[in-house]
Amino acid sequence: MTLLLQTVDLCCERDGRRLVDQLNLTVEEGQIHQIEGPNGSGKTSLLRILSGLSSRYSGNLHWRGKAMSRVRAEYLAELTYLGHSSGVKAVLTPRENLMWHAALRGLVDDTAQALVMTALDKVGLYGYEDAACFTLSAGQQRRVALARLFLGQSALWILDEPFTAIDKHGVGELEYWIADYAKSGGAVVLTTHHELNIDHAIQRVLLGGT
Amino acid sequence: MAAYQPVGIGFVATLRRDLLLAFRRRSDFFNPLAFFLIVCSLFPMGVGPDPKQLAILAPGIMWVVALLACLLSSDTLFRSDFDDGSLELMLLSPSSLYLQVLAKTLAHWLLTGFPLTILSPLLALLLQLPASGTVAMMLAMAVGTASLSFIGAIGAGLTVGLRKGGLLLSLIILPLYVPVLIFGVGTVQAAVDGFNYLGPLAVLGALLALAATLAPLAIAASVRISVDN
Repeated sequence: MTLLLQTVDLCCERDGRRLVDQLNLTVEEGQIHQIEGPNGSGKTSLLRILSGLSSRYSGNLHWRGKAMSRVRAEYLAELTYLGHSSGVKAVLTPRENLMWHAALRGLVDDTAQALVMTALDKVGLYGYEDAACFTLSAGQQRRVALARLFLGQSALWILDEPFTAIDKHGVGELEYWIADYAKSGGAVVLTTHHELNIDHAIQRVLLGGT
Repeated sequence: MAAYQPVGIGFVATLRRDLLLAFRRRSDFFNPLAFFLIVCSLFPMGVGPDPKQLAILAPGIMWVVALLACLLSSDTLFRSDFDDGSLELMLLSPSSLYLQVLAKTLAHWLLTGFPLTILSPLLALLLQLPASGTVAMMLAMAVGTASLSFIGAIGAGLTVGLRKGGLLLSLIILPLYVPVLIFGVGTVQAAVDGFNYLGPLAVLGALLALAATLAPLAIAASVRISVDN
């Protein structure tokens, strides 16, 4: 298995509390890592550090064996990050939202159109692609954000509470997509309070337990 | 595999998206224009309708009001993107952040500075600015407000992470607006007095060249700092 993301002695402190202490995490192709811990234990902080949004940590990050600072552009090209806030504009339609995300990944015109429509179809928004997002329900808006997972090929998904506002059927689907992605060689790092029911080995990382 | 990104795709996409957003939320777009129009039309009532007196004050009034209109609108530049998480995704996208913020700033100018430029002859008439100054006013406005957008974007990037950044924003960027104000008024004044106004206009152009090349670096860095927590 190819080594993707690696943290070396990662520490993170907020307001005098040490949230992450000497974390040595290795994420390989085909692995699912679930970050666990009570509220306020630093799950989101850890994911923001791993994605490169936050620089408030000590220790080192490596991507495919190279120091993160050197290969940041390559890392971003292979990363899909789904945070708490979805990045979905309420006044735009799902199609317009996703076309922008596709363009940020360098996809345009017919390729992007086709990909966006497939992605929307996959998350169950077929028929809603031209309705403004503020007319959609919270769960449907979340699905627009989830559709980003299927734009372009990434090697790593970082998902922060991906199951929020998703219905029971959707949860099952998302679990299936995550397992399917891991089986095809993708790596997933996620946080959730929901008990994952996935047909794939899950590595658990416990925060705030010590 | 890291695919090579054609450079302009992210730029065009962000520019188009911002213009589309403004089109869907037209009230935001009209706010600075209405401000410019109303405040400028208050002056003849305040200082009296004497054409001579107004003509002397006109260049200064128009520039100060344009400055404030730009200041008011710059607060919203990154606000909605910050609130809904799009800004994070821009930072995490493989396309260059420099071009993204350049696109956002250009969109901001197209939605504030450019309409102000178009409106300025009308207000010049209202404020009794001599006709010889109108062309210079439009040229100076077009070039000057673009610099204002870039400067404003730096401040907007720095304060977007703060809940109440309004006053801080004006403290940061109003002093930086001063050179644009001086040479903007200078251009119009020179034209009104019948001198060659290309000199001060060229200085405004130089300021814009400096802002357009260097400001995106500062904007990108300030946005990064705001999101980093």
